[in-house]
Amino acid sequence: MFEDPILNVLPFSVLLLPLGGFIVLALFGDWIKKDKEEQGAAWLACATVIAACALAAITTVRLYGLVGGPEGLRFSQPYLGFEWIAVGSFRVPINLLIDPLASVMMLVVTGIGALIHVYSVGYMAHDEDKVRFFSYLNLFTFFMLLLVMGGSLPLLFIGWEGVGLCSYLLIGFWYRKDSASAAGLKAFVVNRIGDVGLILGMIFIFHAFGSLDLVDIADNAGSLAPEALWQWGPVTLACLLLFLGATGKSAQIPLHVWLPDAMEGPTPVSALIHAATMVTAGVYLVARLGPLFHQSETAMLVVAVTGAVTALMAGTIAIVQTDIKRVLAYSTVSQLGFMFLAAGMGAFGVAVFHLYTHAFFKALLFLGSGSVIHAMSGEQDMRLMGGLRKKIPWTYATFLVGTLSISGIPFFAGFYSKDEILAATLGTGHPILFGIALFTALLTAAYMARLLFLTFFGEFRGGHGHAAASEAEHHVHESPWSMLGPLVVLAAGSVVAGYALFPMAHAGTVHGVRLPDVIQPVFRLAERPLPALPWLPMVATGSALLGILIAWYLYLSMPELRASLARRLRPALRLFGAKYFFDHVYDGFVRHVVVAGSDRLLWKRVDAGWIDGAVNRTGSLTRAFAETLRPVQTGFVRHYVLLVLAGAVAVVYYLLASVERLAP
Amino acid sequence: MDHPSFVQHAVLLSLVLFGLGTLGVFLRRNVITVLMSIELMLNGANLAFVAFSRAAGTLDGQVLVFFVMVVAAAEAAVGLAIVIALHRHKDTLDVDAFNVMRG
Repeated sequence: MFEDPILNVLPFSVLLLPLGGFIVLALFGDWIKKDKEEQGAAWLACATVIAACALAAITTVRLYGLVGGPEGLRFSQPYLGFEWIAVGSFRVPINLLIDPLASVMMLVVTGIGALIHVYSVGYMAHDEDKVRFFSYLNLFTFFMLLLVMGGSLPLLFIGWEGVGLCSYLLIGFWYRKDSASAAGLKAFVVNRIGDVGLILGMIFIFHAFGSLDLVDIADNAGSLAPEALWQWGPVTLACLLLFLGATGKSAQIPLHVWLPDAMEGPTPVSALIHAATMVTAGVYLVARLGPLFHQSETAMLVVAVTGAVTALMAGTIAIVQTDIKRVLAYSTVSQLGFMFLAAGMGAFGVAVFHLYTHAFFKALLFLGSGSVIHAMSGEQDMRLMGGLRKKIPWTYATFLVGTLSISGIPFFAGFYSKDEILAATLGTGHPILFGIALFTALLTAAYMARLLFLTFFGEFRGGHGHAAASEAEHHVHESPWSMLGPLVVLAAGSVVAGYALFPMAHAGTVHGVRLPDVIQPVFRLAERPLPALPWLPMVATGSALLGILIAWYLYLSMPELRASLARRLRPALRLFGAKYFFDHVYDGFVRHVVVAGSDRLLWKRVDAGWIDGAVNRTGSLTRAFAETLRPVQTGFVRHYVLLVLAGAVAVVYYLLASVERLAP
Repeated sequence: MDHPSFVQHAVLLSLVLFGLGTLGVFLRRNVITVLMSIELMLNGANLAFVAFSRAAGTLDGQVLVFFVMVVAAAEAAVGLAIVIALHRHKDTLDVDAFNVMRG
């Protein structure tokens, strides 16, 4: 129907370029990198991703050259020519699905990925293991592309697990640091819990549809048998299980605990994996299966409420964090909550729109924080920064753009996507969720402004003693251009991404279209017309400005007010500081229920007591019984003969007696 | 035609033979004598088979006797081999000497 021979080749090139980069670096990396400062390996990794980005752009343009299908849906399913699994009716061909949703994700992954690769060249310049670092980054890009381009759930799942693996490898990149390898392990284990849900959800879907192909699922979701759509029926269960997988990958309550710890990894990794791309995989999964989720109101409500609660809780935690990267990590969790809130409202296009803008400004903020940390020679505590505005002006300027964008100030990207989320929440009749979202938007502005003021404004607070302070202050330096270049590009993106200039050749003319409208046909849902809410942008802007104003008063204008406020709000601040005790509860659960239960109940009672006991008792019973039988074996032939004879007599007697009885 | 009391006499004789054999198994201590007593018991049983077979006019009992004789021959071969092994082991043929299997 939508044939374009080039579209059968290009997507595979996009996919396989980073994999090729990984293979070359893994096999010949040490040969390319002859000495410590050699950058050849790093530039090779960058080249593969930049090339992939260019090919992805060409793919997108060609995709929009296709003639529109039903309701303007254009898609292409390139097929590599062989099947991975063929068992009965269960078939998994190696095919991709290129549609507007996939191409947006593809551009985000390769575009942001390319910028972060370039940034890493500067950031990791002095690291001995940079070949390992860049090979992991390339491998991650490959798996992430497979995740968003895979044409069936099993292929998506490979990408899903692959990015999880790369996340683990890169969080624990500095494996000599105990906290880093522990954080990697935590991320891996928490993700496993979610992945069980994903696998079980796939089984439910195969049961319901007889296929795991994404196009089949989307096409047939609307025509499911009524009994499948029962409130707690298979569709709801499948959606909830898949959402469990999404909460693991996208760090939503209750599986969000791994993401803040993941900041142990190098900063470009935090930007690429734990802000812009991998953590949005859960949002992508929900959006990709949007037609299915749409069938289950229960699942949609669970998604929306989880998103809203996560957004609020993570926002409050971010207010009290002192580590610059941890503030951004909780901010990421909060923004992902916004995306799930939008998805739960049925506004999947808006969720992806926020994903798209968030990728720009959050990658910018993370890379900016990396530049700050670089300038501070590794210091991450904001209480020891301050006044960096003049020292690192480029970092400051770009960081300011990112902050305004995430806060939702008009004409910056974050404003548009957040505004649409708020409109969708109110438009579908959820005033409570709208209130939470609006308050979280205020919190977002407040904690980001706090971060900005603490880091770049006021007096420098680093070092101990006057001499050390001036020494440390003197050492602050601006980052190299390989790091600032990506910052500038991302800052530009953080401004213009909101206009969603998605140039598409439509009937021969090129014009800009809202991103959600471009993606909407993928979901096979008629877009609900949102009520016109002319006051909403004002309210949203007002709450953002109020948040910034509060931070201004508390951190710059009247610091003494902060101390008295902190005294009055002590219980709440303790709750935020302890991150709502999630880690304590999980730790207690593992320590007192899992470990203690295994030790005292399963090991000492069940295994040693019952199972070993049953085996030992069988042995001792046999032995006791044998002991009573032993005297029978006298060793005298004569006794045996007597027993044989007695037995023979008994048998003959029995036979004769039965003959008697049978006789008429 | 046989005498009417032929079966009675034959069975009586077989009982005597069987009883003698049993007594021999019980009372004698020499292994070879015990084996010979078992042969006597077998042949007492054979005689009863043949007598009943003759009286009933069928060949079943006689066929069975051939089986018993074959088994007896095999048993004698194996039994005597065991006796030789035992003798080599303990230098005696007294059955009461072979009581290592006492529980």
